[in-house]
Amino acid sequence: MRAFAELLDRLVLSPQRNAKTRLLVDYFQTAPDPDRGYALAAIAGTLSLNTVKPAMIRDLLLERMDAVLFRYSYDYVGDLAETVSLVWEPPAGTVQSDVPLGAAIERLQMTGRADVRSVVRDMLDRLDTPARFAFLKLVTGGLRIGVSAKLAKQALAEMGGKDVAEIETLWHGLSPPYLPLFRWLSGEAGKPALSTPAIFHSVMLANPVGDGDLDALDPRDFAAEWKWDGIRVQLANIGGTRRLYSRSGDEISSAFPDVLEAADFSGVIDGELLVGGTTRTNRATRSFADLQQRLNRKTVNHKLMDAYPAFIRGYDILFSGDRDIRPQPFVERRAMLADLVDTASAQHFDLSPLVPFSSWEELDQLRAAPPDPVIEGIMLKRLDSPYTPGRVKGPWFKWKRAPYNIDAVLIYAQRGHGKRSSYYSDFTFGVWTVVDGKETLVPVGKAYFGFTDAELEILDRFVRDNTTERFGPVRAVRAEPDFGFVVEVAFEGINRSTRHKSGVAMRFPRIARLRPDKLPRDADRLETLLAMIETREST
Amino acid sequence: MKPDALLYPAPKGLYCQIGDFYIDPVQPVERALITHGHSDHARAGHGHVLATRETLDIMGIRYGEGFCGASQAVSLGETLVVNGVEVGFHPAGHVLGSAQISVRANGTRIVVSGDYKRRRDPTCAGFEPVACDVFITEATFGLPVFHHPDDRAETRKLLTSLAQFPDRTHVVGAYALGKAQRVIALLREQGYHQPIFIHGALQRLCDYYQSRGIDLGELRPATLAADEKQDFRGTIVIGPPAAFADRWSRRFADPIAIFASGWMLIRQRAKQRGVELPLIISDHCDWAELTQTITEIAPSEVWVTHGREEALVRWCELQGIAARPLHLVGYDDEGE
Repeated sequence: MRAFAELLDRLVLSPQRNAKTRLLVDYFQTAPDPDRGYALAAIAGTLSLNTVKPAMIRDLLLERMDAVLFRYSYDYVGDLAETVSLVWEPPAGTVQSDVPLGAAIERLQMTGRADVRSVVRDMLDRLDTPARFAFLKLVTGGLRIGVSAKLAKQALAEMGGKDVAEIETLWHGLSPPYLPLFRWLSGEAGKPALSTPAIFHSVMLANPVGDGDLDALDPRDFAAEWKWDGIRVQLANIGGTRRLYSRSGDEISSAFPDVLEAADFSGVIDGELLVGGTTRTNRATRSFADLQQRLNRKTVNHKLMDAYPAFIRGYDILFSGDRDIRPQPFVERRAMLADLVDTASAQHFDLSPLVPFSSWEELDQLRAAPPDPVIEGIMLKRLDSPYTPGRVKGPWFKWKRAPYNIDAVLIYAQRGHGKRSSYYSDFTFGVWTVVDGKETLVPVGKAYFGFTDAELEILDRFVRDNTTERFGPVRAVRAEPDFGFVVEVAFEGINRSTRHKSGVAMRFPRIARLRPDKLPRDADRLETLLAMIETREST
Repeated sequence: MKPDALLYPAPKGLYCQIGDFYIDPVQPVERALITHGHSDHARAGHGHVLATRETLDIMGIRYGEGFCGASQAVSLGETLVVNGVEVGFHPAGHVLGSAQISVRANGTRIVVSGDYKRRRDPTCAGFEPVACDVFITEATFGLPVFHHPDDRAETRKLLTSLAQFPDRTHVVGAYALGKAQRVIALLREQGYHQPIFIHGALQRLCDYYQSRGIDLGELRPATLAADEKQDFRGTIVIGPPAAFADRWSRRFADPIAIFASGWMLIRQRAKQRGVELPLIISDHCDWAELTQTITEIAPSEVWVTHGREEALVRWCELQGIAARPLHLVGYDDEGE
C-alpha cells in the first residue's frame, strides 16, 4: 500500500503528462502482482469494491477523538479522507506494517456488510499516514488523481514496448488484477487470449467542428446523419452471448432486457439508445428526460418497460457475426447495418437516417432547424472512414446545434473541490417569476464551469462580499432587482422536471459569460424557459 | 505574584514591566530580547538588543551592522539580570542560535518558547525543557492533523526523484535561514556530495553556517555568466520559496518544483502552490511534539501564541491544564 500511496501522491501533483507516464511505468515495473494490477484497476476505474460511506469513516474516528478537535482539523484540511488519515491515532502498542495493496483489496472484497466497520478500523490502525490516505480514497471511491484510463494504458504500452491499440483491443476482455496482461507486458508470457465473447470494443468518437474545419473539405466525401439525444451504446451478440455497453464500456445489460431479448442477430453494432417509437413503427422518439427513467437501474419491471420502451437507433456495425469489419469503409458498413436492422425487431431497432445535403451552408441551415426535438446536432462521417477506436481527428465530426442561452441571477454559491477548494465555484442561479403575487427568483439550475480563472476570481469575490446567509458550505448571496450578479447561462437542452421546484431542468448548464453590465431585474423569466420547452415539444 | 504581572501581551509584543523589556517585539522598542533570527521575531531598529551571538550575527547579516543601537550577546544556558528580573536563554532547536527565554521575578518563572522543535537537527543545538510556572508555546502546527514524518525519508524522496528524472532540475524552495541549511545538511548526511547550487539570497547565511562549523559541502551560486550554457539539469538548486515565481527560475531546464515546509503535509497546500514534490520538513513541533512538550514541562498554565491557538487550548482544557490564547499579532508562520 505504501508504494501505491506514494504513486498517488506523486501523480496528483505532477502536471506533466510525460512525468505521470514515467511514474506509472516505474511503478508497474517494480510493484509485484497482484498489487500492480489492482493499482491499475483503481486508476482506470475498473475496480469493484463495496464502498464505504464517508459518514462511517467519521463515526469510526469520533469513537476516539474529541469532536471539537476533529472539527478544527477538518475545517483546516477540507478533505475528509485526508483529515482522517492525518489525525488517526492507532492504539498504543500497535505495530504498523505495510499491508500490500492486493491483500487489502482482497480482504475488503471478502468482507460482509456486518464486518466492514471493524475491518476498516483495523486497516486504519495498521497503515501509516500516506497509506491510510490511499486506503481511504479507495474505500470511499474517489481517487481523483487526474490520470485517465487512457493514460494508464499508454503507460502499459510503454512498459511493454507495445502499441497502445493492442492494449485497447484486449482491455475490455481482461479484469483485475490483470495477471496475464502484466505477464505479457514483462515478456514472461504471450499475448493473453480472450475467452469472453461479446466483449466491449472501444468506440469511435468524433471531434467537434471548429472554425474553418470544413472549409478545406468536400461535402461529397461525407455522409451526414442526425445526432440523437440519447446515450451512445454498443450492443453485442456473439455466439449467443448478448451484452449492452455504454460508450465507456460499462455494462448496462440488466437495465435493458427488452432490447437484449430482441437482439436476435449475430454481431456488434453501435447506436443511440433512446426511448419511444422507432421510425419503423412511425411513433415519436421521446426526450432524454424520458430515457433517464430507464438509466442507472439494476433491474427493471414490465410496467416501466411498457411506459418507456427502449430501442436502438443504429449508427454503425463493428462485427458481422464474428467477422471484424471495422477496417471496411463507412459506406460498406452502413449497407451491412441496414440489412441487419431490416431483419431485426421493428420496435427495438431502426436505422439512423442520413441527411442529404450538397453544401456546408445547406447543412448548417438544417442543423439550426432539425426536424425532431430529440436531435442535438449533426454527425459528419467520411464515406471511406474505417471504424477507428478513440477520437481521431478527421474522419468523423460532430456539429451540435447552437446552445440555448438565458440571463440568470446568482442565488447560492458553494465552495468547490480539489484545486478549487478555496473558491466559491459551484453556483445556483435563478430566474424571475411571480410567486404568491410577488416577483421572486426561483432556482433553475446549477453550474460549476464555463468561466475562466479570472472570472472565477470575480465571482468568488462577489460571493464573499455579498453573503446574506450560510447553510453549511453553501452561501446565499444578495439577489435583489437592483443589486446582484447576472450571468449568461448556456445549456444544451431543457425539459420539464418534477424534481425541481421551478418545474424545469437544464442539460449541461454552464456559465457562458459574466454580465456585470446587467441588473438582476433585466434577467430572464421562468416563462421564457417554459416557452423554450413548448417550442421544442411542438416541432 | 500573578504571572500577568510579570509578562503580558502589549501592542508591540510580549512586555515585562518590571524589567522594562520586550521579547520579540514587532515594532521598534528601547530594549528587546530576541529568541531567534527569523524576520518576524527579529526586527531592526531597537535601542538595545539582547540575544545569542548567532542571532545577533544573523541580524547583522540580514539588516546590516547598524540594525540596533547597542547589542549584547548571551550564551545558551547563561542567566543574567535585567532591571532586577532574572533572564535565561535556553536552546530551542529551531534554527542556529535559537533560544527560549525564561523570565523570573518574585518566585514566578515564565518560559517563552519562541519557535521550537524537538527533532534532531544537524544545524543547531537541541531543545531543552525548562521547568516553569507558565509555558508560552507557539502553535504554528497546533492541529491534530500535523504529524511531521521523518526528515531523512523526506530528503530521500528528493534523491529518488533525482534518479527517476535525471534530466530535470530539482529546484527546492526553502526558507533562507535554517530550513535551507538543514536540507543541505540532511542531503550531505545521506551521501549526496555533488555541488548544490544556491540562490544569491542564501549565500551569506550559508557562509555563516559554515563559519560556525556546520559542514554544508560544496555550494555554488545558481547564477550564470553571460557566455555560460549550463542549464542545471540533473542538479539540486535551492532558493527562497518566493524565487519560484521569479524570472530567476526560468534559467533551469525542465524544473521540478519542490518545497521543503511543514505545510506540505496538506495536499491542497502543495497543489495550490504548484509544488510537484512536497518535502515535509519543518522547523516547528508537530502536534504530538507540542502536546508531549506541555506534558513533559507540566507548567501550571499554558499560554498559546501564534498559530492555531484554539486547538491547542482545547487540548489543554481536555487535559485539565489551564490555558489561554495570547492573540499576539505580527508573527507570520507562512514562511516556515
